Amino acid sequence: MSKNTGKIIGINGNLISVAFDQPVVQNEVGFAVVGDTRLKAEIIRIRGTSAEMQVFEDTTGLSVDDAVEFSGEMLSVHLGPGLLGQIYDGLQNPLPALAEQCGFFLQRGTYLAPLDNKSRWTFTPTVKKGDRVRAGDAVGTVPEGIFTHRIMVPFRMRGEYTVETVAKEDDYALDHAVATLKDERGDTHDVTMVQTWPVKVPIREYDERLRPTEPLVTKIRIVDTLFPIARGGTYCIPGPFGAGKTVLQQITSRHAEVDIVIIAACGERAGEVVETLREFPELTDPRTGKSLMERTLIICNTSSMPVAAREASVYTAVTIAEYYRQMGLNVLLLADSTSRWAQALREVSGRLEEIPGEEAFPAYLESVIASFYERGGVVRLRDGSVGSVTIGGTVSPAGGNFEEPVTQSTLKVVGAFHGLSRERSDARRYPAIAPLDSWSKYPSVVDDEQVERARRSLREGNEINQMMKVVGEEGTSIADFIVYLKSEYLDSVYLQQDAFNEVDAATGAERQQYVFGRIVKIIDTPVQFEDKDSARRFFQSLTQITRDWNQARMDADEFKEIEERIDKMITEVTDYA
Amino acid sequence: MHKVYTKLDRIAGNVISLEADEVTYRELAMVRSDLGDSLAQVIRIEGRRVFLQVFAGGRGISTAAEVRFLGRVMQVPFSDALLGRIFTGNGEPRDRGPAITQNMIPIGGPSVNPAKRIIPRNMVRTGIPMIDVFNSLVESQKLPIFSVAGEPYNPLLARIALQAEVDVIILGGMGLKHDDYLVFRDTLEEHGALSRTVMFVHTAADPTVECLLVPDVSLAVAEKFALEGKRVLVLLTDMTNFSDALKEIAITMEQIPATRGYPGDLYSQLAARYEKAVDFEGAGSITALAVTTMPGDDVTHPVPDNTGYITEGQFYLRNGRIEPFGSLSRLKQLVNNKTREDHRSIMSVMIQLFAAYRETLEKQSMGFRMSPWDVKLLKYGERFENEMMDLSVNIPLEKALDLGWTILADCFEPEETGAPSRLIEKFWPKEIVKKEEEKEDQETATK
Ligand SMILES: Nc1ncnc2c1ncn2[C@@H]1O[C@H](COP(=O)(O)OP(=O)(O)OP(=O)(O)O)[C@@H](O)[C@H]1O
Ligand SMILES: [Mg+2]
Repeated sequence: MSKNTGKIIGINGNLISVAFDQPVVQNEVGFAVVGDTRLKAEIIRIRGTSAEMQVFEDTTGLSVDDAVEFSGEMLSVHLGPGLLGQIYDGLQNPLPALAEQCGFFLQRGTYLAPLDNKSRWTFTPTVKKGDRVRAGDAVGTVPEGIFTHRIMVPFRMRGEYTVETVAKEDDYALDHAVATLKDERGDTHDVTMVQTWPVKVPIREYDERLRPTEPLVTKIRIVDTLFPIARGGTYCIPGPFGAGKTVLQQITSRHAEVDIVIIAACGERAGEVVETLREFPELTDPRTGKSLMERTLIICNTSSMPVAAREASVYTAVTIAEYYRQMGLNVLLLADSTSRWAQALREVSGRLEEIPGEEAFPAYLESVIASFYERGGVVRLRDGSVGSVTIGGTVSPAGGNFEEPVTQSTLKVVGAFHGLSRERSDARRYPAIAPLDSWSKYPSVVDDEQVERARRSLREGNEINQMMKVVGEEGTSIADFIVYLKSEYLDSVYLQQDAFNEVDAATGAERQQYVFGRIVKIIDTPVQFEDKDSARRFFQSLTQITRDWNQARMDADEFKEIEERIDKMITEVTDYA
Repeated sequence: MHKVYTKLDRIAGNVISLEADEVTYRELAMVRSDLGDSLAQVIRIEGRRVFLQVFAGGRGISTAAEVRFLGRVMQVPFSDALLGRIFTGNGEPRDRGPAITQNMIPIGGPSVNPAKRIIPRNMVRTGIPMIDVFNSLVESQKLPIFSVAGEPYNPLLARIALQAEVDVIILGGMGLKHDDYLVFRDTLEEHGALSRTVMFVHTAADPTVECLLVPDVSLAVAEKFALEGKRVLVLLTDMTNFSDALKEIAITMEQIPATRGYPGDLYSQLAARYEKAVDFEGAGSITALAVTTMPGDDVTHPVPDNTGYITEGQFYLRNGRIEPFGSLSRLKQLVNNKTREDHRSIMSVMIQLFAAYRETLEKQSMGFRMSPWDVKLLKYGERFENEMMDLSVNIPLEKALDLGWTILADCFEPEETGAPSRLIEKFWPKEIVKKEEEKEDQETATK
């Protein structure tokens, strides 16, 4: 069979125009050939006998008439055991292996196998000869770290099959055929432990999608209590530069109560990934006692890496997330930053000379963002088990102004909004999630009425604070002043959380319920002071003690002791009138 | 040999186009005009039509200008002979020294594999308390100075360069005023640092787009030195001029601007340069300090805004001082736990009190009554501004920490500072306490 080959007729940045004469497919991958180097590219528009392709590499040195070899395949990822713990670029190139081969620098046109075909895995069959199976059904399992990894009938195999043979329990290489299946026409198909799937197509081998209602506990108090996330839900974190988006995601990736975390570092600083990359192998996951890296996968296409691969990286990440969801696992995908991916779209759209929308983003930006977040969800699989993909994306709005296309398009589709404020980060009130502007549609881990009470306190405190800026402390009544102090207290000891203190950094759901209950009760307790100064002093020391409380382990004697001291302090100022 | 063409069909701004064969993307060409020869680079190919960006600008170019393709991309020489020398943005001597043409290396090379990066760990000492104490600079950090035009950002850069213990200094000047360039040169010379410095200077008098090459040339050379094990400090001033040159080209190419005329890829363009900052395991490092002037003192302007999203913090230079609020070194926590045990506490205590001082100033300006606490803060704030923030202060970190305690002790009671008691016991200056007591004793005695 002759290869389908085209010819370059134009080059504009990472966009090339290619003339072809045999049929091509939208989103098909091709390779531009320059010398001995083959540069991966993807068809993004077809018009007449020419196609526009975005090249996933630097296009320096390409020339008109250079050949482009079409592959016939859409941009795909390899799925199989061994993905966890890996560090890939946006096209699923394993970066550590690449470093071994090429040294300090990335080398364009070098593509390595995402999974090591020769690696061996202990396969246990779960079907027998004669069983009827469909795409997504397991034929067996292998242990992958702490998980039971299902070896599934490839998602791309349509229709029903009969199991012809299945391997007995033993160690096999990844590319070994562990089962053969016969289709309706009698043709047989080998099933190995790896399959491929096009990244831009959602995996849909499940019975039904469920509503995301179960809280995903992040152990960040302001999130779980006020602006919760649900398993299978979606949320976004917009914020100006330096407000704490990345740190928030880093903390979440450590403490979140999920099975697997996929980090998509999309067009941001390489240095930030390095911290995760170097620290995670050393950290233990309190839930499993194993290294955190065993449940983590990093897709890393940082800001100086090719822009088109940046766009691919979020799809690579979400496809791998869906794959593990098919095993009945709860997966959390953290993308930092979705704005960089939107900018990659904008760059290409500009080169395609499409009619631009606001701020030169393409008119289809909104639908692209919507269909990406749509890939989050909870599903009931055909065997009755439930798996989920939760998606959290940061947004980096130009000028820190949320009235811009990426933030606005994202807000329309997500279930929770954690807006970071410059004011709070400047005041070092971390995490800098703005408590009056953020929202969530998911259920909280604490009592709803208490949440309402807390919100009221924050609102009233804010109003009084605004007023005080005009009339001064002198012009404020002591009653109002106390309302203000209480809201500040709630903010300081509950909403703010010290990411660097071992205990305070992660507050489990049970502790949140307990502590929040106590604090709301304090807010509800009428208190009495002689003057504003003594009120201020009282709340200052109460804040200090409560912060110490936050740093005490819940099962330590200290925890009880401090709690008693807090009680005593409150009793002394309670107004029993 | 490469063909020579003499028929331009379009000249617009700094971009020319012509029909040519066998041209490769980003290839260089030499364009001859009455005003002299200029390098040009291929920025787009459409069939036989080739678009070139002319670094010396389109002015004076004839439709019959001679265009000779060079069959190579932009290169810069690399050797120790560069040290002590001054070049233009495209690598020609600006001093009276000989041209260097051996050992040419390409510019704008690929990025470092993230898996090969290491966590930065060495502090760069500058002798400037606002940096060393409050926002420590770290080897391999990328960090801009944000300021309005007219602030002394260039002297500040020069001073950091002189004080930092680095092996090689590379200055990339973009739209640099001729005077500023001379000041740089003379300052480095005076302090005997010129011999470890390479300068690539594009001045305000040169064609605007010529400055586009400066960051890539500077960083390519820096990268080579770093791979040889040298600790390199790259100074890029002013990146706003670089961004404006990008804008000019984009507009000429009729690209649809994203915000305020700047192209949508401004972020990627800036990131490609800043991300060259690196610490090579087993070799040297590149630390990148840049200047970003903010038109209209507006930090939401696309250039500072995109920069802030890329760099690892920023120093705000305002009224000749590094402003503690808004300034941020995102890497400081990697080093300030290994200096002296009171470093972090002095840092946070002094800043919190300074924030309180600013609030008091506000209250004062609104005519509210000053409490005794406010009076203390006012005294503290003034000392802090004069003895810590003033850029003429030049003391090592340890001295600055000691000074911090002295100022605190002069203005407050220990428990008012919120510093941990453990540190107060160890560092709170005893003499001052004694002196004060003596003074009080005397006062009571005289009464
Ligand atoms: N929860 C936190 N606790 C303590 N410090 C924090 C916290 N969040 C952020 N910071 C501080 O703020 C700095 C910037 O945070 P981060 O890198 O997360 O910002 P960002 O919003 O991701 O910015 P960018 O958009 O530029 O990437 C950190 O380096 C750290 O010094
Ligand atoms: Mg970030």
